[in-house]
Amino acid sequence: MSNVESSLRPALILGDKTLHDITEDVCRPIEDKPNKYWWMAFGLASAIFLWWLLAVTYTIGTGLGVWGLNKTVGWAWDITNFVWWVGIGHAGTLISAILLLFRQKWRLSINRSAEAMTIFAVICAASFIVVHMGRPWVAYWPFPFANQFGSLWINFNSPLVWDVFAISTYFSVSLVFWYTGLIPDFAIVRDRAKTKARKFWYTILSFGWVGSAKNWQRFEEVSLVLAGLATPLVLSVHSVVSMDFATSLVPGWHTTIFPPYFVAGAIFSGFAMVQTLLLITRKVLNLEEYITIYHIDMMNRIILITGSIVGCAYLTEFFIAWYSGVEYEQYAFINRATGPYWWAYWSMMTCNVISPQLMWSSKLRKNLFMTFFLSIIVNIGMWFERFVIIVTSLHRDYVPSSWTMFHPTWVEIGLFIGSLGLFFVPFLLFTRFFPVIAMSELKTILKSSGSQSKKGATHE
Amino acid sequence: MEKRYWKGVEELRNDAEFVRLKNNEFFEELPVDEVLGNKADTKEATPRRDFLKFMGFGVAAASLAACEAPVRKTIPYLVKPDEVVPGIPNYYASTFFDGHDYASIVVKTREGRPIKIEGNELSSVNKGSASARVQASVLDLYDSARLKGPMAKGAEAKWDTVISDIKNKLTETAANQRKIRIVSSTIVSPTTKKVIAEFIAKYPTAKHITYDAASQYGLIKAHQLAFGKAALPTYNFDKADVIVSFGADFLNNWISPVEHARQYAVTRKLNDGKKTMSRHIQFEAQMTLSGSNADDRFKLKAGQTGAALISLYNALANKAGIATINSSAKTEVDNALSSAANELWNAKGKALVICGTNNVNDQVIVAAINNILGSYGSTMSIARHSNVRQGNDEEVAELLREMNSGEVGAVLFYNSNPLYSYPDNSAFASALGKVGLKVSFADRVDETAAKCDYICPDSNYLESWNDAEPVRNSYSLTQPVIQKLFDTRQTQELLLSWIDSPVTDYHEYLMQNWRQGVLNNTTGGASIIDWEKSLRDGVTEFSISEAEPAFIGNVTTAAEAIAGRKSSGIELVIYEKAGLGNGTHANNPWLQELPDPVSKICWDNYFAMSPSMAKAKGLEQGNVIEVKVGNITIKGPVALQPGQANDTITAAYGYGRTHVGKAGNKVGFNAYPFVNFSEGSFNYSAAGASINKTGDANYTLASTQTHHTMMGRAIVKETTLEEYSKDPRAGNEEEKLVSYKGKVSPKELDLWATEKHSGFVKPLHAWGMSIDLNACIGCGACVVACSAENNVPVVGKDEIHRSREMHWIRIDRYYTSDMDKEKAKEEGVGKLSMYGYMEEPAENPKVVFQPVMCQHCNHAPCETVCPVVATTHSSEGLNMMAYNRCVGTRYCANNCPYKVRRFNWFKYSDNPQFDYNMNDEYGKMVLNPDVIVRSRGVMEKCTMCIQRIQYNKLEAKKNGRKLKDGEIQTACSQTCPTHAITFGDYNEKDSALSKQSKNERMYHLLEELNVQPSINYLTKVRNTHQSNSKKEA
Repeated sequence: MSNVESSLRPALILGDKTLHDITEDVCRPIEDKPNKYWWMAFGLASAIFLWWLLAVTYTIGTGLGVWGLNKTVGWAWDITNFVWWVGIGHAGTLISAILLLFRQKWRLSINRSAEAMTIFAVICAASFIVVHMGRPWVAYWPFPFANQFGSLWINFNSPLVWDVFAISTYFSVSLVFWYTGLIPDFAIVRDRAKTKARKFWYTILSFGWVGSAKNWQRFEEVSLVLAGLATPLVLSVHSVVSMDFATSLVPGWHTTIFPPYFVAGAIFSGFAMVQTLLLITRKVLNLEEYITIYHIDMMNRIILITGSIVGCAYLTEFFIAWYSGVEYEQYAFINRATGPYWWAYWSMMTCNVISPQLMWSSKLRKNLFMTFFLSIIVNIGMWFERFVIIVTSLHRDYVPSSWTMFHPTWVEIGLFIGSLGLFFVPFLLFTRFFPVIAMSELKTILKSSGSQSKKGATHE
Repeated sequence: MEKRYWKGVEELRNDAEFVRLKNNEFFEELPVDEVLGNKADTKEATPRRDFLKFMGFGVAAASLAACEAPVRKTIPYLVKPDEVVPGIPNYYASTFFDGHDYASIVVKTREGRPIKIEGNELSSVNKGSASARVQASVLDLYDSARLKGPMAKGAEAKWDTVISDIKNKLTETAANQRKIRIVSSTIVSPTTKKVIAEFIAKYPTAKHITYDAASQYGLIKAHQLAFGKAALPTYNFDKADVIVSFGADFLNNWISPVEHARQYAVTRKLNDGKKTMSRHIQFEAQMTLSGSNADDRFKLKAGQTGAALISLYNALANKAGIATINSSAKTEVDNALSSAANELWNAKGKALVICGTNNVNDQVIVAAINNILGSYGSTMSIARHSNVRQGNDEEVAELLREMNSGEVGAVLFYNSNPLYSYPDNSAFASALGKVGLKVSFADRVDETAAKCDYICPDSNYLESWNDAEPVRNSYSLTQPVIQKLFDTRQTQELLLSWIDSPVTDYHEYLMQNWRQGVLNNTTGGASIIDWEKSLRDGVTEFSISEAEPAFIGNVTTAAEAIAGRKSSGIELVIYEKAGLGNGTHANNPWLQELPDPVSKICWDNYFAMSPSMAKAKGLEQGNVIEVKVGNITIKGPVALQPGQANDTITAAYGYGRTHVGKAGNKVGFNAYPFVNFSEGSFNYSAAGASINKTGDANYTLASTQTHHTMMGRAIVKETTLEEYSKDPRAGNEEEKLVSYKGKVSPKELDLWATEKHSGFVKPLHAWGMSIDLNACIGCGACVVACSAENNVPVVGKDEIHRSREMHWIRIDRYYTSDMDKEKAKEEGVGKLSMYGYMEEPAENPKVVFQPVMCQHCNHAPCETVCPVVATTHSSEGLNMMAYNRCVGTRYCANNCPYKVRRFNWFKYSDNPQFDYNMNDEYGKMVLNPDVIVRSRGVMEKCTMCIQRIQYNKLEAKKNGRKLKDGEIQTACSQTCPTHAITFGDYNEKDSALSKQSKNERMYHLLEELNVQPSINYLTKVRNTHQSNSKKEA
């Protein structure tokens, strides 16, 4: 409560909230019955989740032949989706870890849902790793575990093994970080609980939190340590993912620019996804006073910056292809822009490079409708970016006799659309059962003197 | 005093009993004897201490009993045959002849099952090589569409009744003076012919009619007219310096392609500093395999072949100073013809002209040309004639008339299926209806057999005894290598039983015929044949001292007939595909899945036309058209074939079977109806065709290669003989990479270029292959050989269309484009448009072939990326796959620059979705037990036949000797008709491979990547004066 809010800064929480108001507002979705919008969303998410289940079952039951892959294009939508989901996850970690270290208090309204998004996005990403395997029942083999298969061990040279470490570390750190933050809030829900069941479950979830000074001290320390651990992950995870491509020798993949380019792209798409989710959440759960235009404006600025970095990377790739003088590299990029998949390339360019530039306008940055529209566009663009990198590089590589085209089947489309169900079903459950705003922490940025002090500070 | 505590009252009292027990470690008696001794089981109570033991055993036993292990029954030999040792293959020499292709072969059997066909080194005809069809023939043995026993009137029957019924009817027919006709495709077996002769002697109204679906009667008859000998000549391409071919696809299907390919390669290889090679000029309408290998190729419509031959004849006659033929006919290729005439004349005695048409007049002119050039006796021979085609088209036409007039009382079809292959098959069917007794010896209910009264299924050649004389004085034997799978009987035995021969066992009959020296009568003075040796070797050959007969032909009559032809409009050419041949083996999935060497399309035939013609007619690949010639209209898809003559459509026969089996039925359309009878023989081209685009939805053609040009990349390196003579390195410039030091060899930029990591250590062997692109003709025999050796699954048309073929070796075919980098630079074409133009093949492109299999890189990109080390490098330089370890991420395939890795998208065995040989009880018997059948979800690829390497290494070790160079042959290198593939050990300094790798023409594919492949290629050299960029239209 020691935070002093500058009177010149716009308030982060609007509506003259008291500490109790915050508790009430955040706990309301957990304690009330869901409204019909929630039920509609949940119904839709469950339906597409069922499609995902069907597609996964069919793929594992029959074989990867039910996808559109072929001898030349060994990865397409599967790895596109994987990289897309991992990328989306990045915003959550960036918000909770890096912004914490930089003491950006505005993150407090959005970090909880952003972290939840990270967890569910990484689950979606991991599902594609498992499903894309020819033999998913041995998906545990890339882990270095003691075994009786003989002298078999994993190949530490392989970027896929690095991926295994990167993703599993990322998932576990994110999960612990998220859960740690949830403990005081669970305790609030527990203490307010009026039903036995709620009391029982939230007692377990809150790990015996009593709100003592020792509790808070440890909480702060753990948060800081975890933020320190998570910060390098923001940069490392997508760097490692990019090395799946960068360390190969496929023209269009074999590029040293990939790690920073992928990280920027990940944050870009992640923030776009946060925007999409929060614009809906704040409306549906009546949290407009916590997730304010200021937050949206800040996130749009990040989207603008990372979008420009990504655009710069696209142009650099072309320059380097020309400058390298390597025949295959040059053709890979010419083919990307003018070959049979030109439409994917130009969709990507439009969505990722041109449209974020609109954010230079302060008016558009603060326009909710425009933000929502652009956040969707950016996510489409970022999906195409991965598709362009993976498919257009593979489909015409070194030996022209093997050049082919890739056509997705309903199963692959089902896996992608269905993975949105896999994401939204837990996310919607999260909004009902977990406090969507880190209320305990949020209370720290409410001015201690309360609403009157705030009123008194306004210019008259 | 020290305090004393006591444990119990007993101790305090310290009575005697306590003192005694105190000295025991255990107060109570332990049930040691009960538990450890044998008494335990007699006691009723289970000791407490054993509870966990019994419990654990009980649970384990119960759960073990619940998991039922699948029971696989193996039946051991009660009495093991002497020569069969489980795990050790046996090889038997034998002969393949199906009325179309001939090969002397060696059959590999394992535990009594033939599993692989290999060429017989001792044969002068095919010398150790085998074509795709011969390689695939082993699968025909296990074809479950074969009949399991005789049929009478469409129902299963007993042999005794069938044989006696037919015999009675034959006797009756002969007694009624009605004609008996045996219709067969060509028979090269002298003993079978003797049986037929005896049959005819017994039934005097009988006659043997030879009917070849793919006839060479024109060539046979021309030799009768020109030399008085009705036979096919044999050719010596190895002696020819200049070869001019008019549409004859002699490397693919013309007479004896495997033999021709071997001879041809002799003149094309540039080993040991050789600087000369033959010159091959091809004039043709279709883009044939031979044409695509030619040094110079000119488009010539089929209808102009005769006129072109006359021009060539006249040009040569002028030089020879003999009378020319009066002719005013002009062709598009007159200039090329006159320069070809010059070259031929200069190479007189070492020149050869051939023509692919089945037309007697064309062939008379060709014979006259060859006579002028002195080819007979050097580059070809009629004295040592070939027997592989004996069909008499006129007799077949006569048969139809006889049947229609009701003169024929009985007809026996032996290896002949006219209701499928006869052009007017409905006319044949209605004529056949008028015959009293119709018997077929077909191995299945084929189109003809379905209309016959009796089907007496013949045994497969791998279950039969027979002999063959494919070429005069070259004999070979066929011996059974497996007990008959089904209740079949050899036709010869049936014929023998119908004539009450004292010997009805054909094996006995054959031996007698050979031992009695019957062959001596035909060979002219050969000594008595050693049966045992002949059987062991498979072949017995005698030389011929006879002189070539003198030319007695009349070119003027022939020229008059040619002048009478009308060539107008769109022409249709009917040809034979490399895989399916004449259609007999249409149910063989290996052949159906073998891509056409030139078009790379499999599982279909199609109407091929040049891209410019298609454009003019508003057609695209896959459009369905109706082609109408006379009153025949057939519907089929369009395929674009660069290099085809204008206004020419081509279609392959052998497809469109209706009664062959599930793999071959309804694949493509039957093109035989377009064959017409003109100038006394079947004519495989037709003029005056019209095309009509139907409204049908586009048809899917499955092709293994969908991009056709090299896009300016140095994938196949090529030069001309002229350049090569100046500099053997011509066309093989080293790939350099730009670095800070300037342009350097990729090896200098090695990430691992330290002494310690300079490569894998290969102390014993370093296996590798060298592929001579000058020798490879692209025929595809290696592809089928590889599939047979390595249990490569057949995936079917739909999967091929999805680019998921499983072939471990593929033959890439590239067309040249009109655009190249130099031209773009000269003409100032921008890079974007340059690549655009490069995608389009030229109107008359040069064609190159390149077999590509796993390159076994020593810095393999696949190996580093596998997360689970499923693909590793052996200490002998092989890139290996551990299927059991593979988790199927496909990263290795993505990272393979050669795209040779093949993923098991589905379970290809025991899966009704892939209803080919691996889903068939019989078909599975062809699987090589030394090679695992891969499961779903794992990656696979060429292993360089590691099982063969291992087998030979062990053999050498057992015998305590070093491996000999050439002892190990991979499946592809062994069957290659041109010996384009050399397998060997780089560590062996004198191995053929090591020598070949020092050749100036040697290069590695994508050398600039420095993945250091174990496979190398030798540049292609073309004996042409045209550079690649400047071609005639």
